[in-house]
Amino acid sequence: MEHTNEERLKKEFQDMVKKSAPSSNFLKDCLAAFVVGGFICVIGQFVMNFFIGLGIPKEDVGYYVATIMVFLGAFLTGLGVYDNIGKFAGAGSIVPITGFSNSIVAPAMEFKREGFVFGVGAKMFVIAGPVLVYGISSSVIVGIIYYIINLFK
Amino acid sequence: MDYLRAFIVGGTICLIGQILMDKTNLTPARILVSFVTAGVILGAIGIYEPIVEYGKAGATVPLPGFGYSLAKGTIKEVEKYGLIGAFTGGIKATSAGIAAAIFFGYLMAIIFNPKAKS
Repeated sequence: MEHTNEERLKKEFQDMVKKSAPSSNFLKDCLAAFVVGGFICVIGQFVMNFFIGLGIPKEDVGYYVATIMVFLGAFLTGLGVYDNIGKFAGAGSIVPITGFSNSIVAPAMEFKREGFVFGVGAKMFVIAGPVLVYGISSSVIVGIIYYIINLFK
Repeated sequence: MDYLRAFIVGGTICLIGQILMDKTNLTPARILVSFVTAGVILGAIGIYEPIVEYGKAGATVPLPGFGYSLAKGTIKEVEKYGLIGAFTGGIKATSAGIAAAIFFGYLMAIIFNPKAKS
């Protein structure tokens, strides 16, 4: 009897958790995304200030920041650290450029056994490919529109 | 001050991504694609520039910053070289990020193996 009571209580509690979960999880997700995403950008700012301090011209410093951040994202993914951050941080770890390199390394590692061409080489671009396709294509369209507008100026 | 601004601007961009993920059915891949494309459009119409000036790395490290660089590079090259700049500018401006992503991505995928899912 006691046992079934306990079971019933557990079930009731689980139902209660389920009901209250969506809204509190949503706020928790948002806070985690904000803090982790912001923190990754603070690291980026640190890298930026470091290279400005070394006397790198302002217009070139972005190259250094992108390279270092992409490296960090890829390395931490390889170590298995980045995916653990991702479970907690959600968009906070997806939206920064470190998330872009995570999206390259994770599937490439996963499909390594399918070979170095169709495994690693192809699966690297499962997510990065579409990002480059839409990003670069839309920038070409921007360039063409900008060119046409300038013709009529 | 740089760091506080980077934290707030970068955090806010990620927060927008989180809200989209929780409230719509957008998958992470779609978030990435839409954020880069949004960055290109906002960069082209001049809205993202002031965000970069204020937030610095907070605006350039998130993926809309990648789109912003693509648009900015394209416009700069069109001004300099004409129509061919539409094809050269974007990748020139983002060359370091793209090459680093491919090179380090490949390297890390070769060196490391996936961890057992916990």
